[in-house]
Amino acid sequence: MLDLISRVFGRDHSSADIARERLRLVLVHDRTNVSPQFLEALKEELIEVISRYMEIEEEGMDVTLQTAENQVALVANIPVRRMKRAAVGR
Amino acid sequence: MGQVIVVTSGKGGVGKTTTTANLGTALAQLGNRVVLVDADIGLRNLDVVMGLENRIVYDLVDVVEGNARLKQALIKDKRSENLYLLAAAQTREKKDVSAEQMKNLTDQLAREFDFVLLDCPAGIEDGFKNAIAGAQKAIIVANPEVSSVRDADRVIGLWDAQEGERSPAMLIVNRVRPRMVARGDMLEIDDMLEMLAVDLLGVVPEDDHIIVSTNRGEPAVYSRDSKAGKAFHNIARRLMGEAVPILDLEADESFWARFKRIVGFGRS
Repeated sequence: MLDLISRVFGRDHSSADIARERLRLVLVHDRTNVSPQFLEALKEELIEVISRYMEIEEEGMDVTLQTAENQVALVANIPVRRMKRAAVGR
Repeated sequence: MGQVIVVTSGKGGVGKTTTTANLGTALAQLGNRVVLVDADIGLRNLDVVMGLENRIVYDLVDVVEGNARLKQALIKDKRSENLYLLAAAQTREKKDVSAEQMKNLTDQLAREFDFVLLDCPAGIEDGFKNAIAGAQKAIIVANPEVSSVRDADRVIGLWDAQEGERSPAMLIVNRVRPRMVARGDMLEIDDMLEMLAVDLLGVVPEDDHIIVSTNRGEPAVYSRDSKAGKAFHNIARRLMGEAVPILDLEADESFWARFKRIVGFGRS
């Protein structure tokens, strides 16, 4: 009964809530287990967009998905050679 | 041309064979010409669920290899005139059939039947790839639990990545226990749909009738008081294009759950 009351007032997480949260994280992890082709395609499009604004060093570019405990981050390290004049001051 | 629909799940034991048998039987009851294909080569099962295990002479591999004509291998159901089964081979392996051979077979069946239902093996290896090769539609069966939903997500991804003309996957949530959902101890359907980003085809409650009907080899859709049977019947009508509302599982709801919902606590 206590259990019920605490649930009614939302103090406790029901096991369905726990399942939902665990599932959400598992799916995030599973879906970021992406193929190298996916990352390569992403990288190429990033280069295309960024190159409109600055000159970048494509060889030194690093794009990865990093998984922390409860979130996933897209980490891109892109060395810039120089800014394009046209883009400055836009 | 009939529809070729694969029933799949990734995870084993969630109710693919039960779903195939019941949907097929219900579709036949509704007047369609239906053939059930057991694509689980090496682990034949659909025949026992349908109660047809004593009538098998030729199987799928016999047809594919040309040892039997398709007509010879199709087993007519005991009760329905317009329902047939093509059994899986028991002493062969998944790799004995290619995806192309499966596709040819289902194309041939689709010319003669309104519905071709493929009972897919568990897993995502060759057997799965063969089973989905010739299908235009996929029914994903999942139970409301973390492992099953996770596998469903994988399978939906693989289905979407297939080439060719294919409809988006449709989800059947099987073995739902409404009281546990109401109590907050079972995943909610809406949460599953949101996470999987998929259309709902139906919700089937946990039902003791399924075990009894499997014992007898008579699908639960024949039983008038089976809730699961009723749910499968509704799903069959949805597959035929009818707009049938999702079965009201809340009829089973406990007093406290109803109270919580009405008063506005908890998620409804």
